[in-house]
Amino acid sequence: MAITGAILVLFLIAHMYGNLMIFGGQEAFDEYSHHLRVLGAPMLPTNGFLWIMRVVLLASVLIHMYAAFTLWNRARQATAGKGSRRYHSKKNRTGVQRTYASFTMRWGGVVIALFVLYHLLHLTTNHIAPGGASDSPYERVVNGFQIWWVVLTYFISMLAVGFHLRHGLWSAVQTLGKNKARRQRAINAVATAVAVAITVGFLIPPFSVLFGLVG
Amino acid sequence: MRITLRVWRQKSRDDEGRMVTYELDDVNENMSFLEMLDVLNEKLTLQGEDPIAFDHDCREGICGACGVVINGVAHGPEVTTTCQLHMRSFKDGDVIEVEPWRAKAFPVIKDLVVDRSAFDRIIQAGGYISAPTGTAPDAHSVPVPKADADRAFDAATCIGCGACVAACPNASAMLFTAAKITHLGMLPQGQPERASRVVKMVNQHDEEGFGGCTNIGECAAVCPKGIPLDTISQLNNDLLSALASGKL
Repeated sequence: MAITGAILVLFLIAHMYGNLMIFGGQEAFDEYSHHLRVLGAPMLPTNGFLWIMRVVLLASVLIHMYAAFTLWNRARQATAGKGSRRYHSKKNRTGVQRTYASFTMRWGGVVIALFVLYHLLHLTTNHIAPGGASDSPYERVVNGFQIWWVVLTYFISMLAVGFHLRHGLWSAVQTLGKNKARRQRAINAVATAVAVAITVGFLIPPFSVLFGLVG
Repeated sequence: MRITLRVWRQKSRDDEGRMVTYELDDVNENMSFLEMLDVLNEKLTLQGEDPIAFDHDCREGICGACGVVINGVAHGPEVTTTCQLHMRSFKDGDVIEVEPWRAKAFPVIKDLVVDRSAFDRIIQAGGYISAPTGTAPDAHSVPVPKADADRAFDAATCIGCGACVAACPNASAMLFTAAKITHLGMLPQGQPERASRVVKMVNQHDEEGFGGCTNIGECAAVCPKGIPLDTISQLNNDLLSALASGKL
């Protein structure tokens, strides 16, 4: 779970970098998008790099989901399906110290998975084309994010991603055996910082389009 | 002080169980939590009712026998064992809810008493070292760095009370298992079985029906002995190297 999560985080950072190219204008953004298709050419065929990425990412997502499902199932069996709500007392339902992010991991993960499908249908295949379909990736982005509810769906999904990363990054370090008591505070601080940076980085382009700064 | 207690009453393993309310008017704030239960039990006995069953032994915070969930927190509002919790941690007029540890691997035997023998089986699976018996070797014959000795000792203070399982949203016993892995793994005597130990203990942990760890940290926050969360990281590290080495 930690390793597949780390692969997905690295992908997110690269993806966020690509998104921010929107500020370079239509030509730069579309050129970047096209370049991803011919990356590694002529060593790789057209779209070769993209397909390698797609296979790696799909495998990571599936393994990540399998691990999450296994953990969820074991917790369900160990607590008669009630988890942290298995005590009658309602006085400590939010735990002694646990983060809000830690509550969002399972359902937040489901939200993110659904968002990924929606996002692929929207900006990759363009089957969902609010604001009008286009062959230009730049125009797809600009057309879509001029509509408030499209931005809202992305905003909610990016918050889910942010919370998922906040707990996920810390958890991955602990799972890979790299946590030490004296580093724990720093690891958590870095997890928060990276989660915030990625969330904000992804939200800048849609809001820039919505407010007319781009397009 | 006056308090209202809501206590989990369950006649036997198979009984459904329910929360029962008791009023206590004459609680002294210097009583320990268990002494308060003793007072209630004397009252119940005089009334001809069945006293509340709860586990306890040393009442010094070192044996790990006592332990109940008080107001939804394992061992209650102070970070200590239930026997070392005093009524001064509560206010006059408080409603206090008392429940047993809840986990599939810790079935309730009666009232607040749960069967924690799953912990014994985890220890049996690998929480030991092999040492020649006979004359005790000289204490200085095997040097141990101070930092390692301290960490091993800190981990060894685990009393196996089970609060980590009770507090964990997944009912995982990873902190308990990790305490023993860290205790023995930091010492030279623990090295020969280090790789096989972690694999056997984690397997046994899973077989007992405890949940998996998702690094939420509630366990370490309620641990009366302050076993740090990074022991679980050490367990994970040992498990990864054990699986990579193939020396099982």
